[in-house]
Amino acid sequence: MTIRKMLLASAAIACAAMPVSAFADTSAKKIALSNNYAGNSWRQAMLTSWEKVTGEAVKAGVVAAADPFTTAENQATEQAAQIQNMILQGYDAIVLNAASPTALNGAVKEACDAGITVVSFDGIVTEPCAWRIAVNFKEMGRSEVEYLAKKLPQGGNLLEIRGLAGVFVDDEISAGIHEGVKQFPQFKIVGSVHGDWAQDVAQKAVAGILPSLPDIVGVVTQGGDGYGAAQAIAATDRKMPTIIMGNREDELKWWKEQKDSTGYETMSVSIAPGVSTLAFWVAQQILDGKQVKKDLVVPFLRIDQDNLETNLANTQAGGVANVEYTQADAIKVIESAK
Amino acid sequence: MFRLSSDAMRLAIPALSLTLLLAAVFWMQPRAVGYVGLNLLFNLAVPIALATIAQMLIMAVNDLDLSMGTFVSFVACVTATFLRDAPATGVLILAGAIGTYAALGVIIHLRNLPSIVATLGMSFVWGGLAVLLLPAPGGQAPDWVRWLMTVKPPLAPMAIVASIAIASVAHLLVMRSSLGVLIRGIGGNQRSVERAGWSIVAARASAYGLAGLFAVLAGISLVGLTTSADANIALRYTLLSIAGVILGGGEFIGGRVSPIGAVIGALTLTLAGSFLSFLRISPDWQIGAQGAILIIVLALRLMLNRLEKQEKRR
Repeated sequence: MTIRKMLLASAAIACAAMPVSAFADTSAKKIALSNNYAGNSWRQAMLTSWEKVTGEAVKAGVVAAADPFTTAENQATEQAAQIQNMILQGYDAIVLNAASPTALNGAVKEACDAGITVVSFDGIVTEPCAWRIAVNFKEMGRSEVEYLAKKLPQGGNLLEIRGLAGVFVDDEISAGIHEGVKQFPQFKIVGSVHGDWAQDVAQKAVAGILPSLPDIVGVVTQGGDGYGAAQAIAATDRKMPTIIMGNREDELKWWKEQKDSTGYETMSVSIAPGVSTLAFWVAQQILDGKQVKKDLVVPFLRIDQDNLETNLANTQAGGVANVEYTQADAIKVIESAK
Repeated sequence: MFRLSSDAMRLAIPALSLTLLLAAVFWMQPRAVGYVGLNLLFNLAVPIALATIAQMLIMAVNDLDLSMGTFVSFVACVTATFLRDAPATGVLILAGAIGTYAALGVIIHLRNLPSIVATLGMSFVWGGLAVLLLPAPGGQAPDWVRWLMTVKPPLAPMAIVASIAIASVAHLLVMRSSLGVLIRGIGGNQRSVERAGWSIVAARASAYGLAGLFAVLAGISLVGLTTSADANIALRYTLLSIAGVILGGGEFIGGRVSPIGAVIGALTLTLAGSFLSFLRISPDWQIGAQGAILIIVLALRLMLNRLEKQEKRR
């Protein structure tokens, strides 16, 4: 009798515990990508990666749908409306590259209140209920100076090329570079120009400041500006300094040419546009019932002398070096944040 | 035979297009039916409706305000910073902004400036001030604003109640008050209003001041929805507000405006965006499709106007 009772009780406990212990199945879940801008090569690569990786995931039955939406105009109010529409469309998770870190908080809160998982990446949102896959831009800037310190232990003068004035990313990378210079005081930044992350702007800006500069041993950059800097310096009789590249195809191609002809050495660092796929897998993991910390950090995509050729071969003409993340990568990122 | 008055005619087209769009959205997305759904569809239309009323007041005196978007952004920045941390200073700044609007109306009138150029110039001033206030996105909505925008009234959701309230207040102000008649009179025939002994300067100043007031309300309500501000948060409002007025049966000249129509126009514009998004139209085509909806509505209106004229000729 008692055994029977015990059996019954344990069966009841097992039944009650079932939904908790079993992993939630995500095959019926729908994930949407809310994207605010598609007008440059990085964003285009980001969307292509999303379609490729999520297309396979949908085919394999991991999730039911993974639809990308891009707002027609890069405006926070429009993206807020887009997010509210996604709530109405019944998505289970929204992966978000936000037009503004704060102006979407109201819409994001609405989504959270409706029980939707919101994962922001690249352009992150500050609303506490959302997950953030952030880029440590400061560390990216610092790592550039660290690389130079290893390559040129005697130090020297540096030229800094900054991005678009007034944008958060520009401030962060620049702060990191200046932190790096503090850490390795053998370097000194003797000039700083805004290259707006564009080769033509960078070339003009560097050509303008060069005559007023002493000898420089290195150029620290933010990506999208290395090739322009190289063109401007090549037009003078200066020795080519070590220009840090930013994973753009034209930069890598120029580096490869220099490497083959003169053994030129540098490194290239930026964020892979495939980070959208990392965000997708993180959202899938959260829907799966995994405990995930709200703040995650994306690894950089760094290209060095020895893996230049493979990365260049994988980069489309006019594009950006890219990696697409897998479910395993996402689990690794989630684990490392714990 | 039953004949619609020309005012009712003017409202019929926007109301009809809103109903059609709403029916289409409900058919495509049954989740949108109901209290929560309607609020999600329309809550972002509330600040647009207020900005549209502001724009309408300026258009009533035959002017055009190209600084609407940057001004609303500026107000949003003030709301998310001063109005929360130092309410007295915040109110003072906003009152000053409304005063500036009224003064702008006076200057435009006295110096006979083209309003497009003057307001375009002001847009850089407002934009610059907004960036000075919030160089990086941030700030936080005052609690009472947040409460106001997320309140759940019985019967109808906040977005609908607010739209009806805005439309009624604006209607009373513009269509029923003597000031409203005066403002529309300036748009219709400034000289005859002047000859009748009214002060055009005062009327124009009040039109601009009222527009400033509604734009301030637009900025505050926007922050109530987004919870924090950004110096570029409302740049689209310039064109949206103009489109809203026209869509709602207003005209660029002649003081022919309709406050109820303007609110309906703002709702229609917001709904058109959702409609296209539910249709899954690619973003490359969305702006074009939005324009197509506008053109269709305007074409309908022109057609009806022509019919009306033909009937009159008979």
